[in-house]
Amino acid sequence: MADALDAAATARMLDAAAVAIIANVEVLTAADQAVGDGDHGIGMRRGFEAARAKLAAEPPATVEAACRAVGTAVMGATGGAAGAVFGTLFRSGGAALAGRETLDAAGFATLLQTGLEAVMKRGGVGAGQKTMIDALMPAAAAAAKAADGPLAAATAAAAAAARQGVEATRGMIATTGKARTLGERSLGHPDPGAISMALILEAMRDVTARL
Amino acid sequence: MARPKKLINDPRAVVTELLDGLVLANDGRVKKLDGVDALVATHVPDGKVALLVGGGSGHEPLFHGFIGRNLADGAACGQIFAAPPPDTILAATRAVNRGKGVLYLYGNYAGDNMNFDIAAELAADEGIEVRTVRVWDDVAAAPPERMQDRRGIAADVYMIKIAGAAAATLGSLDEVVRVAEKARDGVRSMGVAVAAGSIPETGQLTFELADDEIEIGMGAHGEPGVARRKLPTADEIADDMVARLLADLPFRRGDEVALLVNNLGATTMMEMLIVYRRARKVLADAGITVHRSDVGTWLTTQEMAGLSITLLKLDDELKRYLDMPAESLGYSRA
Repeated sequence: MADALDAAATARMLDAAAVAIIANVEVLTAADQAVGDGDHGIGMRRGFEAARAKLAAEPPATVEAACRAVGTAVMGATGGAAGAVFGTLFRSGGAALAGRETLDAAGFATLLQTGLEAVMKRGGVGAGQKTMIDALMPAAAAAAKAADGPLAAATAAAAAAARQGVEATRGMIATTGKARTLGERSLGHPDPGAISMALILEAMRDVTARL
Repeated sequence: MARPKKLINDPRAVVTELLDGLVLANDGRVKKLDGVDALVATHVPDGKVALLVGGGSGHEPLFHGFIGRNLADGAACGQIFAAPPPDTILAATRAVNRGKGVLYLYGNYAGDNMNFDIAAELAADEGIEVRTVRVWDDVAAAPPERMQDRRGIAADVYMIKIAGAAAATLGSLDEVVRVAEKARDGVRSMGVAVAAGSIPETGQLTFELADDEIEIGMGAHGEPGVARRKLPTADEIADDMVARLLADLPFRRGDEVALLVNNLGATTMMEMLIVYRRARKVLADAGITVHRSDVGTWLTTQEMAGLSITLLKLDDELKRYLDMPAESLGYSRA
């Protein structure tokens, strides 16, 4: 289990997260068709393909640069609410890692917490509105609790909390985004953005468990 | 379910290819910016307040078909039904800015709001003044006390018409914003869906309706509306929709309005005119004068069938901007 990742290993972890999003495009499309307009999967695939290309073309020199490169690529290529949200997560979260030589559990917790705050501010959205916040917020809290231990334990805790958060969104009524007008018809369906958040964190968990 | 038939090439290239076609169809009056999906007028006069519109593609001719004389100066174009990213909006902002500021005008959706806001902050960092007016005309989306939760639909047409004419005439961004906000506050729309449209890349319909059902108030992307019911007659649906619009502002006896009936994509002009005719009767009975009418296809959702009705309350100032000539591929009035 890895205690900390250097810039190159951080880039590999982010690349694995991108691969997971791309591999699950049909899962995300189906989930978005239930509560939105069905474009979440293809948008996320566009964004994370751009992220992979950017990481490959310009290997980042720092963990901050690795996260920010993903955020910039996702924000530039995804479009829609998803691009602004996941781009902001990695850009703002990544900026909070400035000066760190490696990504350890504390840095990972900082990435999620700072990213969470930036996304909430950008979207004007809080907990319980059936968005990716409902996966990211418990994940950030779980990572903060595990911040003194090994990185792999922190990513595992965050991934588990995010997946629980996805399940919790089934019981929520959407009050923002295109699903808002569904009202109670959104009950029973998980939020597609929350699923994306869990997929990203589960890929990070798998990479850090192997290293 | 069978994949809906479309005349396309690579489903992932539809936006690139439609923009290429749109530029060519403008015969030199519109150009595409390098590296981003943004179109701008070839000639934007010095000293002009600029009007930048935009949103997801797939709703043609909105938004990018509205670049032209007394209309928009540029458009930031997203992928199908997805807001454009900030760098696209920023590039378009730089390209249309003539030092008098840029008005962002777009439909009120979470994705558009966030991406245009990020772009506005980046533009401000570069010293470009940006103001924003969001269109929120869909009365089905939220009650009047939550106006800012309403999404933008076919009022985009009148908003671009009026803001474009104001931007071409007035020398100050503040004045253009004032006029645009007055128009926004006086416009209401409502749609009815008869059949779904599909996203080219997934090949799947955005929602399902039974063969004998319609949905009143459905959004441009298939967002659910206020009621689902058995297929009524054209007169019944026009009565219902216009009554909801009149009650919402509310419009009053003696008001003058512009009336727009918009085709969501696959509805025939025959049906549009039949509904329009009934809407005119309902308005006449309510003592409301129609100053001008627009019946046509402007905000579409692929092969979605249905239509929307938009009512804009007019005063002398709005009439002046609405009546100015306008010319673009998607909307022209002499």
